[in-house]
Amino acid sequence: MKKITLSHGSGGRLMHELIKGLFIKNLDNPYLNKLGDSALIHAKNKDLAYTTDSFVISPIFFPGGDIGKLSVCGTVNDLCVSGANPRYLSCGMIVEEGFDYSDLERITLSIKQTCKKAGVYVVAGDFKVVEKGAADRIFINTSGIGELYDNARISSSRIRPGDKVIISGTIGDHGAAVLLAREELKFKSRISSDCACLNDLVSSIISSDVKFMRDPTRGGLATTLNEIAQEIGYNIGIDEKTLPVKESVMALCEILGLEPLYMANEGKVVLVVSSKSASRILSRIKKHDLGRGARIIGEIDREKGKKVYLKTKIGSSRILDMLIGEHLPRIC
Amino acid sequence: MKYIDEFRDNKIANNISRAIFDKARNLGPINLMEVCGTHTMSICKFGIRGMLPENINLISGPGCPVCVTPKSYLDKAIAISTLPDVVLTTFGDMMRVPGSRSSLEKEKSCGRSIKVVYSVLDAVEMAEKNSDKKIVFLGIGFETTSPTVAASLAYAKKKNLKNFFVYSGHKIIPPAMEILAKDPAVAIDGFLCPAHVSAIIGTGPYKIIAGKYRIPCVIAGFEPLDVLQGILMLIEQIGSNSSYVENQYKRVVKSSGNKKATALLDKVFSVEDSEWRGIGRLAKSGLRLSRDYSRFDALKAFSLPEVKTTPDKGCRCGSVLKGIKTPIECKLFSKKCTPQDPQGACMVSSEGACAAYHRYRR
Amino acid sequence: MCLAIPMKIERIEGDRALVSAGNIKRMAGINFLSNPKIGEYVIVHAGFAIEKIDPKKAKETLRLLEEIQ
Repeated sequence: MKKITLSHGSGGRLMHELIKGLFIKNLDNPYLNKLGDSALIHAKNKDLAYTTDSFVISPIFFPGGDIGKLSVCGTVNDLCVSGANPRYLSCGMIVEEGFDYSDLERITLSIKQTCKKAGVYVVAGDFKVVEKGAADRIFINTSGIGELYDNARISSSRIRPGDKVIISGTIGDHGAAVLLAREELKFKSRISSDCACLNDLVSSIISSDVKFMRDPTRGGLATTLNEIAQEIGYNIGIDEKTLPVKESVMALCEILGLEPLYMANEGKVVLVVSSKSASRILSRIKKHDLGRGARIIGEIDREKGKKVYLKTKIGSSRILDMLIGEHLPRIC
Repeated sequence: MKYIDEFRDNKIANNISRAIFDKARNLGPINLMEVCGTHTMSICKFGIRGMLPENINLISGPGCPVCVTPKSYLDKAIAISTLPDVVLTTFGDMMRVPGSRSSLEKEKSCGRSIKVVYSVLDAVEMAEKNSDKKIVFLGIGFETTSPTVAASLAYAKKKNLKNFFVYSGHKIIPPAMEILAKDPAVAIDGFLCPAHVSAIIGTGPYKIIAGKYRIPCVIAGFEPLDVLQGILMLIEQIGSNSSYVENQYKRVVKSSGNKKATALLDKVFSVEDSEWRGIGRLAKSGLRLSRDYSRFDALKAFSLPEVKTTPDKGCRCGSVLKGIKTPIECKLFSKKCTPQDPQGACMVSSEGACAAYHRYRR
Repeated sequence: MCLAIPMKIERIEGDRALVSAGNIKRMAGINFLSNPKIGEYVIVHAGFAIEKIDPKKAKETLRLLEEIQ
């Protein structure tokens, strides 16, 4: 089986062959093909959004995706929830010596397919190989540039008491899928990551009524809601009964003593919208493939504060804190 | 989900809450101790305190096995993980518990071979598949968990496994309940008894608490309706000045317990005196591997380097575990001791009183 | 210290059984059960079925709960 060696990252012939034969061949676009030291792109008189993210997920292949797909979705999503149309990505890879070439190819094809579906280009890239043990198989960093939509006014400072909170679909799918894919827990299930690019969904709903958006990734929806509460200085009230959760994700959480609210999502967006526009925006989200499970899950309190309160299934109320430390399976 | 959703019905929950308000009205301050860590979690997760009248005080007891595991156990476990060819396997709950100098989580990030498992069976399988490694399982837990470890040891004996070991930190609950029932500083008016421990040990072991110490005991399940009904039953006993052992969790708990499980426990483990973090040494409260199984005992199989355990400074976990102090009354709470940087087990274990308090009640 | 959930027995293989809840499946030890049958619900803790759920008693408990006013 062909393996990646230190020579593939050394700048010599092997590396050039790899870049041409794997990356240029598959990620083919006029910007990348120039193979310049920088990609030259045009901004079209628009304000730009710029973001970066690094992906170190293990395992690198999981039901519903892989590190390649994730590295595109993660950055595309950070751009579109900021109110920008994602256009250009950079992709830097750090690969551990001995990594299977076939896995690298699989990941590259995944990046290709995800970019194509999202309508974005990888215009700049980098490839390094480190000694065995210096990296855990493969790490990927992607940065992205997007052009702000004309009608986007995404800012937490616009959020007011009475605004509604919407989630675009079921929570905890990605966290659950990755946890199961780690195999040590030995559960069998059909849970799949929700890893997906949200730019098409977001572009269909973007308007001045959408005051704020965020994608609830690591730390789960609970952590994201806490971030928002802390930014705006008002409490947020969430109704547990309205939270969309897949039955299998719920079951896994019950077994391991985890909560879907703290499990990662990679294909969901949480929105804060004006109260009067909430039903309309909800209907529009639900029309999209990625938004079928959308629900209005809560609202911004009149009370000043920085906390998130959960109305439980039995009608009582409790504080919903941020995730602290790692969400470890319990037996207790 | 079957047998879960039905026991989370909010209409019934509100009815029970109203009944508790009604029955507890003229009873003055009532202290109920929920012994089991899973009850603590359930009470917090479902906001049960908010459904009870002001005069009912729910105290978290020492039924959090992580909370009562002595620091020296952690220190020794960490020492075991440094031995060559050893893979330490543990339940997730133990990873962040602070020892004298480090924690399993910190050691793992330094490269020690430490793995979280969901079941002791997975540790046994690891031993079977990796004959070049010594798999040591950290046996923590009360009577719900110790039979599972006993079953694995019986299997290991049958298969003559040479590379599977258990470091037993198992404890049994009734002696802790008895010491609390005896302690004049701890004023408990009723015990909410553990659901699944009781499925194993039955109702018998609580009879002395109700009979000799005149404290009502109700075994309750973990779903919110179970907990609420259990509390209602305790209030009713207190209101009528009775004290006996009642079983709310009849769908799982038999009064005779699970005889197969207790028989296996008797075979594989022997009872010994044991150190409970924050409470002290309790007679006949811990389990060590019996003589027939001593070759699987990690403490006998490995010669450990000298391990010095530092005393807990300022930590009031002991008083919190006994219900004498609330988390807020510990000087370290939320200042030096936080979930991110826990000083004692009550904060690190997600079901510990302090962690639960910090998370759900600030 | 007893986190455990009700799971259904799908298949029995010696002293282990395939148990399921909400489409999650796992093998669990059934050494502690007397005469386990497929379709029965059991409480699963740390990879072992520690006791059966008695459906009659469950129904009875629910009935009593519903009667509380």
